[in-house]
Amino acid sequence: MSSHDPHSPCCGGGSCASDQENQSHNGHSEPSSCCGESRRDFLFMTAGAMAAVGAGSVVWPFVHQMNPAADTLAMSTTEVDLSSVEVGQSVTVMWRGKPVFIRRRTVKEIQEAADVDVSTLRDKQADADRVKAPEWLIVIGVCTHLGCVPLGQKTGDMRGDYDGWFCPCHGSAYDSSGRIRKGPAPKNLEVPTYSFLSDTLVRIG
Amino acid sequence: MSAGPRKPFENKIVEWVDSRLPLFTMLDKEYGVFPTPKNFNYFWNFGAIAMFMLVTMIVSGITLAMHYAANTGIAFDSVERIMRDVNYGWLLRYIHMNGASFFFVAVYIHIFRGMYYGSYKQPRELLWIFGVVIFLLMMATAFMGYVLPWGQMSYWGATVITNFFTAFPLVGESVQTLLIGGFSVDNPTLNRFFALHYLLPFVIVGVVFLHVWALHVTGSNNPSGIEPKTKEDTLPFHPYYTMKDSFGILVFVIIYAIFIFFMPNALGHPDNYIPANPMVTPAHIVPEWYFLPFYAILRAVTIDIGIPFTEVTIITAKLGGVLLMFGSIAVLLVMPWLDSHPVRSARYRPKFKFFLLLFVVIVLVLGKVGGMPADVPLFHITENMIFTTTHVAQIATVYYFAFFLVVLPILSRVEKALPVPASIHESVTNCKSSCEGNA
Repeated sequence: MSSHDPHSPCCGGGSCASDQENQSHNGHSEPSSCCGESRRDFLFMTAGAMAAVGAGSVVWPFVHQMNPAADTLAMSTTEVDLSSVEVGQSVTVMWRGKPVFIRRRTVKEIQEAADVDVSTLRDKQADADRVKAPEWLIVIGVCTHLGCVPLGQKTGDMRGDYDGWFCPCHGSAYDSSGRIRKGPAPKNLEVPTYSFLSDTLVRIG
Repeated sequence: MSAGPRKPFENKIVEWVDSRLPLFTMLDKEYGVFPTPKNFNYFWNFGAIAMFMLVTMIVSGITLAMHYAANTGIAFDSVERIMRDVNYGWLLRYIHMNGASFFFVAVYIHIFRGMYYGSYKQPRELLWIFGVVIFLLMMATAFMGYVLPWGQMSYWGATVITNFFTAFPLVGESVQTLLIGGFSVDNPTLNRFFALHYLLPFVIVGVVFLHVWALHVTGSNNPSGIEPKTKEDTLPFHPYYTMKDSFGILVFVIIYAIFIFFMPNALGHPDNYIPANPMVTPAHIVPEWYFLPFYAILRAVTIDIGIPFTEVTIITAKLGGVLLMFGSIAVLLVMPWLDSHPVRSARYRPKFKFFLLLFVVIVLVLGKVGGMPADVPLFHITENMIFTTTHVAQIATVYYFAFFLVVLPILSRVEKALPVPASIHESVTNCKSSCEGNA
């Protein structure tokens, strides 16, 4: 409803003090368009704002229910015993429904990863920034292109041209630091948050 | 649909209902005496066929839902139980599975019909837009349905498709998490996909209602693309087109039945009979055949777009592919405005006809390379340069968009149409001279 509606009753039953003032300011001839401009509009806008907040607070639960539930969030850490992993071996563990690659790298692999000129990389990251202990590389085994699991964990798997992992879906190749070197993926394999609880026990998440 | 002047019915019960709710008057007006151009060819069957498929999918889907369990622990087994133990479960599932393919067959031919005969043009733009909306809803429904059996292709298809959203900067990751309800595709994802897969077909029914309503306001287009002018140009919908549509549906169902009974898995992928395994990606992920052209467009973008001579990337290859893929459908929405040529039918527009048929070939090529692994070498151009399937997809993608954004606007201005007959009646009676070389 517009405040200029000629049929709207004047607030306060026509005893409005600013009647005269309003008319002289905006040139409206209807006496009823008086102080509705301030009080009625204020009520209208606050009511509208409250309705919007109300509607939003009703909609939010219906949207937020789609986000991860408490039990899904509760599964967000996992502990791994590394004592049985030999140099050159890899293990895959499940974390948050995704595979995590843990590789005990050989001296050659560590050297290859460290020797790369960082400025030539697509996603510029030094090997040192991606590991806590150079021997242990821990990355999420999900290709950053469209989410496939790259090959290279098992002996005999294709490892791509850079001694790391190769994604069979769209041909992305990662190096021995899990960095993207070739193919359509935009980013390096993600490094999860993890901490070594002891020399052979790591907690992911 | 309002009351208005009404002719009374002879049957007393019909008349009792109709005088209170003029349902029978409406049916007679819209499907009985409804004036329909008399020159329809068989391409005009596919609307009715698509409608038939929609009903088939809903009926078979509801019956399947009575036996299916949307839980990652038992979803695969419940589908196998439908196949082995439920009475006629195998038939219901094969009807539903192949029905999706045949629904898309009907709709793709229906869309081609609209493009070839200019059915999207003024005054049918909104009718066309509703059609594109139906197509989008069908794609979403089909994708979510394919996830439900929880096989390897289901799982990895869902993973790849929901990963599209991570391509969008800033909000992408949270949008993806919101959609799948976790950190990876899992039980919450399966549950919501089932809920939506059950819901969306009914939304499609609603939009189909609007589509048909809009059709009954403007009336049907026809192969000549000329509006009916006199009674001579039209026939009542019943019995002429009820009969012709029934015949078309019958022929279509025969082919559909051959697939259901003799080659039910020909259009599917064997990997989807392996239970979903989040730790192993199948060697070659492909979507269902009806998504392949769009999948090829997605994969065609292999370079980042940035500011030249700097390291700044504005659109990553991944985002570029996703935008182009969505754009390839969105561009259909504006087709009525990209092509402003006054003549509708390709019959009288030889240049438009050539580029449109080439467009069809290109879409088929995209479908072919979309089903192949990326970067398959085809032949050597020079010693070091190899022509691959990705190059084919790139060239085809360029034409796909050029057809809409360059060819249509230019042809609208420069193409001189052949003489158009004065009326539908004339186009039929003088067929020899005016529609040579046409279907």
